[in-house]
Amino acid sequence: MTSTYLPGTRSGPEAAPPPLPAAGRARRWRRLLHWLTAMSFQLPALALFGVLVLLPILFALYASFFRWGGFGMPSDYTGTDNFTRLFQDDVFLGDLWRCLLLVVLSLALQLPFALAMAVLLNQRIRGRAVYRMLFFAPYVLSEAITGVLFGMIFAPDDGLADHLLSDIGLGVLGGKWFSDPSTVMATLFLVMTWKYFGFHMMLYLAGLQSIPAELTEAATVDGASPWQRFRHVTLPLLAPTLRISVFLSVIGSIQLFDLVWVVTAGGPDHHSETMAVTMFQYGFKRYQVGYASAISVAMFAISLVFALAYQRFVLRRDLEGATTNMRGDGA
Amino acid sequence: MGDPALSRRGFLAATAAAGLGMTALSGCGSGSDGGSSSSGKVTVEWWNISTTQPTKNVWAGLARKFEAQNPHVKLKIVQLENDAYKSKMTALIASGKLPDIFHTWGGGVLKQQVDAGLVEDLTDATKPWADGMLSVAKQPYLIDQKLYGIPFDIGMIGFWYNKALFKKAGISEPPTTWSGFLDAVQKLKTAGITPLALAGKESWTGMYYWAYLAMRTAGLDALQKADDDKDFTGSGFVQAGQHLKDLVALQPFQKGFLGAAYSAPTGQAAAVGNGKAAMELMGQWAPVVEADAGKGLGSDLGFFPFPAVEGGKGAITEVFGGGGGHALRKGAPKEAVDFLKFFASETTDLVLVEKTNTLPVVPGAEKALSDPNTKAVQAQLKAATGFQLYLDQAYAPAVGQQINDSVAGLIAGSKSPADVTQAVTKTAKEEQ
Repeated sequence: MTSTYLPGTRSGPEAAPPPLPAAGRARRWRRLLHWLTAMSFQLPALALFGVLVLLPILFALYASFFRWGGFGMPSDYTGTDNFTRLFQDDVFLGDLWRCLLLVVLSLALQLPFALAMAVLLNQRIRGRAVYRMLFFAPYVLSEAITGVLFGMIFAPDDGLADHLLSDIGLGVLGGKWFSDPSTVMATLFLVMTWKYFGFHMMLYLAGLQSIPAELTEAATVDGASPWQRFRHVTLPLLAPTLRISVFLSVIGSIQLFDLVWVVTAGGPDHHSETMAVTMFQYGFKRYQVGYASAISVAMFAISLVFALAYQRFVLRRDLEGATTNMRGDGA
Repeated sequence: MGDPALSRRGFLAATAAAGLGMTALSGCGSGSDGGSSSSGKVTVEWWNISTTQPTKNVWAGLARKFEAQNPHVKLKIVQLENDAYKSKMTALIASGKLPDIFHTWGGGVLKQQVDAGLVEDLTDATKPWADGMLSVAKQPYLIDQKLYGIPFDIGMIGFWYNKALFKKAGISEPPTTWSGFLDAVQKLKTAGITPLALAGKESWTGMYYWAYLAMRTAGLDALQKADDDKDFTGSGFVQAGQHLKDLVALQPFQKGFLGAAYSAPTGQAAAVGNGKAAMELMGQWAPVVEADAGKGLGSDLGFFPFPAVEGGKGAITEVFGGGGGHALRKGAPKEAVDFLKFFASETTDLVLVEKTNTLPVVPGAEKALSDPNTKAVQAQLKAATGFQLYLDQAYAPAVGQQINDSVAGLIAGSKSPADVTQAVTKTAKEEQ
């Protein structure tokens, strides 16, 4: 941040004309004062970030090299044993696979669906504000409540879903939902879509509204079909929003915990377990905090690598000019 | 985060949040300071798992009674559901600070807490009055001859069954042998009745079957020895798994049992309480939960002990169970001991036995037993020729969890009986 500012110091004492040494000193003093002011505003945030974010991450990394039950300080150093074990653990490998599955499903189904709804609700249709609110409402609900709710709705035989289906003569479609290894992920994805598509739809709507109407009008005048207008005008201009939405969706899938924990606790027989659930099981049920830390480090590494790569290769264009510097508005 | 112009710092924060994991979760311990305030009033924090009625109200009433008798003490009650309590306690243990009075099941978990120096030794402080309590009830809290907890309940696991449904299926007497039990299951199925309710989402419910079968085939000594030697691969344990597999092969459980919870309105207890399933393998608290989550069966409810297995080393009179007790954090105020004494008094125990379906821990409270089912359980406990504490409490937490987990896999059909014994042995060896 200061690097954009420092070049200015090249015109320091040596370069300053001899008749005006006092002015140079004053400028240096002012710059120092400026720097101190900026630092004093940042220190509290930096301290909090260090204690609450950086320190725990470093400690989890440290603990992941120990066999540690969570009592006192870790002392039983086991090198990389926890990580070797991690990549031989069928449950963890399954977690990775399920994470990938959720990412692919989200990108292939959930986000396109959200986009379609956004485009639809960007038209001038009667009551669109009501629809927007309705679709966004599930996102406001907490994960825990969503979990309890759908646990009841999808209870086999007794639940609302099975009752409704049998009432309209589609009882054969009813089934075991969350309680069968073969259907649990599909059901989970259904609930996730219900919960999160409204959020992505809102992002897209905001993006769509920032696209000037003149552009689509111009395309229409040029004889572009609705599909061509969407494909060659709307979509490219919406790209920055799409890129952010994909990022949030992927990070969300990697960290998925509360919904799964409440509805299935990872079951049946680990078939809906995620990395965070496995971490919780080992850390808080088995007291193998060292191993649980290794899982959290793996999660961190996956998120970090994804975030950095995504930022480097996909988001670069969006970020250019977005970062601020101290001179931004003429300090 | 919704801002398209997400900055670098935003990214770092988002990615950092992903890795926070363990440490952030363990940071949510409560600030239970306890101790006395400036006004001279002592606040004692009491954590328990009595979240269902009528126990919840009865306990709150007892707390008020204690406060009335000891005007300088204020009891702060924190109630958490079973699993939530265990998770919360784990977080608190990591922080090294426990509530003044907290629920405990004794066994391996309590031993870990004791080894970490977090639990008060009650041997001397409770000397005069604790001696008079039932010794089988105190068993789980004795570690190296020292008493670390005071029981308020003792109980055992057994089959709770619906007499009306048994009659309908033509079963005159509860089975006493495993083959007789499998016959009964078959008969119930033939009569179109779901024989058993199980909460597959909560793996401890399935563990009861395996544990009892292991007690009946391998025997109590083998369960102790397996833990000492870190070797659960003995043939008795594989047989136990095989017997359970035989049961699972009959498809005796309710539809969607793999996703069912225990005490939820659509769970295991409700299935029995609403007459949708004929039996459940559950502890002495089952009637209360059945009536709370479902309608309850009233006089149709019966109890029978886990059947003996032909050719096995164990006897039908050996019970699998445990109790509930309270332990104190190291350095808890002396008022907390006063409360334990109050809670273990005959007067209190009479109330507990009468109103909350617990079993007496003080001999004098036995006269309050009126419910025939509770009496049946009490008779079983009194006549017991052997006792095994719940496996997830008797063993180290990781071993207990592994048994739960592997048995859940066996019931779901993804693990073989030998897989279970090998996975448990592997975990037990890691814990050494």
